[in-house]
Amino acid sequence: MTPGRAPVPWWLPVPAVVGGLFVVVPVLAMVGRVDWGSFGALVTSPASLSALVLSLGTAAAATGIAFLLGYPLAVLFSRSRSRWVGVARALVLLPLVLPPVVGGLALLAAFGRLGVVGAFLDEHGLRIAFTTTAVVIAQTFVAMPFLVSSIEGALRVGGDRFERVAATLGAGPTRTFLTVTTPRVLPGILSGLVLCFARALGEFGATLTFAGSLQGVTRTLPLEIYLQREIDPDTAVALALVLVVVALVVIGASTLRTRTVVL
Amino acid sequence: MTGGLRAHVVVPERGVDVALEVGPDECVALVGPNGTGKSTVLEVLAGLLRPGGGEVVLGGRTLTRLPAHRRGVGLVAQRADLFPHLSVAGNVAYGPRASGSGGREARLRSSAALAAVGVAGLADRAPGTLSGGQAQRVAVARVLATDPGLLLLDEPTSALDVDARAEVRAALATARAGRPTLLVTHDPLEAVALADRLVVLEAGRVAETGPTTAVLGRPRSAFAASFSGLTLVRGTATRGGIALDDGGDLVSTTHTVPPGRPVLAVYHPTVARPAREGGGPERVVDALEPRDGLVRVRAGDLVADVTVSVAAALSLAPGERVRFVVPDSEVTVYEPPG
Repeated sequence: MTPGRAPVPWWLPVPAVVGGLFVVVPVLAMVGRVDWGSFGALVTSPASLSALVLSLGTAAAATGIAFLLGYPLAVLFSRSRSRWVGVARALVLLPLVLPPVVGGLALLAAFGRLGVVGAFLDEHGLRIAFTTTAVVIAQTFVAMPFLVSSIEGALRVGGDRFERVAATLGAGPTRTFLTVTTPRVLPGILSGLVLCFARALGEFGATLTFAGSLQGVTRTLPLEIYLQREIDPDTAVALALVLVVVALVVIGASTLRTRTVVL
Repeated sequence: MTGGLRAHVVVPERGVDVALEVGPDECVALVGPNGTGKSTVLEVLAGLLRPGGGEVVLGGRTLTRLPAHRRGVGLVAQRADLFPHLSVAGNVAYGPRASGSGGREARLRSSAALAAVGVAGLADRAPGTLSGGQAQRVAVARVLATDPGLLLLDEPTSALDVDARAEVRAALATARAGRPTLLVTHDPLEAVALADRLVVLEAGRVAETGPTTAVLGRPRSAFAASFSGLTLVRGTATRGGIALDDGGDLVSTTHTVPPGRPVLAVYHPTVARPAREGGGPERVVDALEPRDGLVRVRAGDLVADVTVSVAAALSLAPGERVRFVVPDSEVTVYEPPG
């Protein structure tokens, strides 16, 4: 017995264990369906490899863009005292609760050939919808809120006292941002990047709606899995396992990171 | 850098309106009750809070509209707030780097500042491994390395234990030399050790100002009296002492004020002796409070600190009448300065 711990109700472990199994059992069941004999061949087929490379590339690009745009947003949200910030935050975090298909429709309305921005870009010879760029945009749209809220949480802890100290030492706002704020919230930034990357990697609905499913151009791993499910369930399961492994690696890396930070 | 500070700080939403001057090599202690605007004044001078009005002029340079990082004003606060991701040396080099020094020069200034406050040996440590007193001395070195034109000290030792206070105070004495310094403190010892002059704030206004020892010895405001631990009473000068406004007389052997003038008198509460019979002004006891092993007897304008056994022997209680006997050699009577 660990001393000094408040007791939990005797019945509490029952729903808790059921909850844990609810998540673990389906994944294990899927792993059980993997045909190990042909696993290597299925995963390294041209269609699979192109989907995997496309997925990793677009998710990385989306994470980079989300960081460049989302970090400043998080800083403004955490610093501003305006009451409109609450409204702005709710709007920016909307993709968290929006069905991805709806997000895809919204992106089409904006960046599609007839959309507000899309029509303008089309006149200048730039087509976005149904290109790899569209995949990155869809992933950024859906995943950026994870990054923003994760970094904003880190920024709010501890307030701005170190930034005030830096100012009295003669550091201007840019220097303070780069040499004080950023190192201080680095753990929050890293976990935000991990969450954002994981969400971008799993993106399906918005991508399908806004970018379509062209092999090598917009067909990311989740789209490939969905397609193969109809044609070749063995390939679908094998590719799904690849995504599970990538997700485990990402989550494992982030928990290791949090541990060291807590210590 | 030379040049004194001339400031008028107006922050209407906090009820602060304070005019201050600090000489080029002077240390002024800003004292007053909690919430009276001392820290607000420092924040405005540092450029961390935008004032509603007034102006800040340092060495002939108007700082009023400058952002904090262009003012050359250093601040040591109650918490050291060392940057946790930098070493001690890195913390102290931060200011020189921010003002454009190269890495080599910044390192030199960092080690010089650390040596000046006697913590050169801590240069490679991480802030998290320092004691409170060490961290605060590094914070002093960090400010010193920027060679500020004005030094602000906001209760710099109030979060430390007694031994650490003495060390930090020595570091502060080094840092304040040669520049105008404004010290906010609740500690009379600190004011005596560091400050040439005392400015007493009450309700956002300057209530009293004067040389530290004069204000502490002959206070005019209620706060200055309590700051130095004295009981302050008001009255009219008599031939032998003071006739109190609330009735009764106190005799003083050291007084020289001609009779009839309005005067103040102070005594230390531990020399006053409450008694049931005899001479001395009579008052009704308002409250009995425990205080550092003694019992503080409050009765109108008069206060006495007595031992528990004395309080018990007199069976003192709120509402009872008691006379205050104060030895005539312990009463100082003076005219309000200014």
